Amino acid sequence: MSAITAHHDDHAHSHEPSFAQQLRSNRLGLWLFFFSELFLFAALLVARFFLWGGARPELSQVLGLIATSVLLLSSFFVYRAESAMAHGDRKTFQSGMLIAAFLGTLFFIGVVFMEWNIFGLQGEIAGIELFGHLKPTDGVFGAVFYAMTGMHALHVLSGIIFLLIVWNNGRKGHFSSEEHWGVEAAALYWHYVDVIWVFFYPALYLIGTAG
Amino acid sequence: MNTLSIWLTSAYVRGLIGQIIGTAVGFGFITAIRAVMGLDTSNIEPAVVFGALIGVPGSLLGAGVLTDWIKWIFGKKTPLRHGAPEGKPEWSRYINVDVNHKVIGIQYGFTSVLVLLIGGFFAVLFRIELAAPGMQYLTNDNFNTLFSAHGIIMIASILLGVGAMVNYLVPLMIGASDMAFPRLNAFSYWVGIPAVVLILSGMFVGGWDTGWVGYPPLSLRAPLGVQLFLLGFYINGLSSIAGSINLLVTVTTMRAKGMSLFRMPIFVWAAIAASIIQFTATQTVGMALLMVVTERTIGLNFFNPTTGGNPILYQHLFWFYSHPVVYVFILPGLGVISELLPVFSRKPLFGYKWIALSSLGIAFVGFLVWAHHMFTSGMNDALRIPFMISTMFVAIPTGVKFFSWMATMWEGKLSFETPMLFVLGSISVFLIGGVTGPILGTIPTDMHLHDSYWVVGHFHSTMFGGFVFPFFAAVYYWYPKISGKMYKESLGKLHFWLMTPAFWLMSLGQMRAGLLGMRRRIADYDPALGVETTQVLVTVAALVIGWSVLIMVYNLISSARSQKMAATNPWNSRSPEWQIPYPVPEFNYDAPFEVVGDPYDYGLDGSKYVQTIPMPAVGD
Ligand SMILES: [Cu+2]
Repeated sequence: MSAITAHHDDHAHSHEPSFAQQLRSNRLGLWLFFFSELFLFAALLVARFFLWGGARPELSQVLGLIATSVLLLSSFFVYRAESAMAHGDRKTFQSGMLIAAFLGTLFFIGVVFMEWNIFGLQGEIAGIELFGHLKPTDGVFGAVFYAMTGMHALHVLSGIIFLLIVWNNGRKGHFSSEEHWGVEAAALYWHYVDVIWVFFYPALYLIGTAG
Repeated sequence: MNTLSIWLTSAYVRGLIGQIIGTAVGFGFITAIRAVMGLDTSNIEPAVVFGALIGVPGSLLGAGVLTDWIKWIFGKKTPLRHGAPEGKPEWSRYINVDVNHKVIGIQYGFTSVLVLLIGGFFAVLFRIELAAPGMQYLTNDNFNTLFSAHGIIMIASILLGVGAMVNYLVPLMIGASDMAFPRLNAFSYWVGIPAVVLILSGMFVGGWDTGWVGYPPLSLRAPLGVQLFLLGFYINGLSSIAGSINLLVTVTTMRAKGMSLFRMPIFVWAAIAASIIQFTATQTVGMALLMVVTERTIGLNFFNPTTGGNPILYQHLFWFYSHPVVYVFILPGLGVISELLPVFSRKPLFGYKWIALSSLGIAFVGFLVWAHHMFTSGMNDALRIPFMISTMFVAIPTGVKFFSWMATMWEGKLSFETPMLFVLGSISVFLIGGVTGPILGTIPTDMHLHDSYWVVGHFHSTMFGGFVFPFFAAVYYWYPKISGKMYKESLGKLHFWLMTPAFWLMSLGQMRAGLLGMRRRIADYDPALGVETTQVLVTVAALVIGWSVLIMVYNLISSARSQKMAATNPWNSRSPEWQIPYPVPEFNYDAPFEVVGDPYDYGLDGSKYVQTIPMPAVGD
């Protein structure tokens, strides 16, 4: 059975969408993906308010604030890298991407190794505890905290990988100031993951009474 | 290469091998880590869960879905590959990863019918058990696993069927050369395969007894099989999300010249409305499923009430998806009804805009009614009345569709070929499902009927009327377009006249059993209920439905082998896909068309919907 006739290659190209049309589709697709993911993060926020109500666990405020600042700062460097690419400035693009990926990694370390404290470490600087105490099995506090930070950290991790892929391809000269959809997508994704944290951070660290 | 070796090297086989290897790797990895950490390795559940997760990328790698994307990571540009794999015959496209939307649509369709037969077989097994009180040949556990698997397998089948119709039809109907993201389209189909494999394998590692809803705390205590069910369900969601985003982008950016929103074939509106639900609500059920998986696997405590969790949260997150998702099933089905009625009535579709907007209306209201499944759950009482009222609002956009269908047929020149019969059958069956719904949406009557067989009868009427009948109508209707042959009308009619009365009997019988006190999801019942005769009739009806579907399968296969080609436009349709001869070119329309009129002006002399744009000669 053959429902479709094959064509020669040269004919095929006339049917493929132009760069401009594909770019339009890509942009819309990415934004729809963001909108879709909003429901994932909203489900986690619903779980937080449903299970915690007006309470929240005892968390290290300093650690949370530093991690949040680091993440927000990384967005600035991604923005710089993207606009540098749009202007053909490859050097600023590369350094911006690398710095952002580095800051993202710091945030990731802050969550997984310090806040989660997966190696069970102890230590303090100037009276501020460096490592968290909350365990995943600590009732609804642990469950929601680990689910929200974990789901977000997963996005941060994929974002770091995305930034590094784009950095590497940019280094090899695969993007131009006119055609750099990969850079744009990575930057948008990074900003998006940042914005999600802007909502997660107060829900976890600020709203409600601790204890 | 002979046929056997082509099959053995197909993406299905490679994907399955990849899934097995991935699962083994994931399983071994966690087992090793747990051994090193000195944890109890006789508890294999964490290793099974991780293995199941790693099996999915294993399957995709094996099938070759990810190849292009992996090359992109290393900066290699890859042109879209068209046609059969190197050195293999044309038909092998259908058993390998292909990016053409028509190939993918047919793959969805085949898989959907296959999965439908599996799920139907499960139903037949436990239906025979229910024909008499007492346990005949199933154990309680087997019964539980069978009805649970029947539910989720049928949902997978329906989602695949929706994917088949949407993928094959929408790009053709809007004059696009393909979907906006052909590789993502292939991903959406191929990621559904390991999902089904996971669900089916869950039956062999203890099964599960939660039904397709997977409510905690029961799902927290269910056998190991429930994990594979939850993960399979979750992975299937990825297919929905990717597929629906692709569809929405395709319709937005790739419509033919002149095809404004209100000049699209009406099925496209249904596909849009269904996609809006799919790409949003699927995320919340995915989260709910993952929460159960993590609670069981690593002890995150969301739902266990004895340690502070709350199982009601699961129900909210679950139904926020699972109510709207039935509209993902029925909206494309109702779209098929609206699409076919004007063709077989030779009259314009009555109230095109109202039908189009009612699809969006149903999708929208569908987001506001989820808690009508929870009237007896112990949720906050204040939520009950608002959700009862919002549920009643569903009747408005649905009513719009019914009246439009009646008005479309009114004084039309009706003809009754098999697709039209199935359209009329769906209207009758969906009506049964429709009028039995408000009784469940009303709090006092729901208190009585909740968890009874009435729910089973109502639900199956909506699913058959809203999806199964229209899907079969669509299969018969577009069969000549897809295969180039005409199905056998006599067998088609036989299928219809067996299935429709049998279905009426089945669903009305189920409702009667429910009214008499028969509980759903129960392997046995008290003879004193007086439902024995009804149960026998329901079982016989279910068997007749099963046989009638097999007749359809036979009809489709045997007709494809016949020598006689079908006419190009056997139904005299105005829709663009029928204006081009078989076979449809790789990129659909060799010469682009432009929309110059309304789609359903049947019977209006000289009116035109589409016309080919004359192409200037291009030198090669
Ligand atoms: Cu509902």
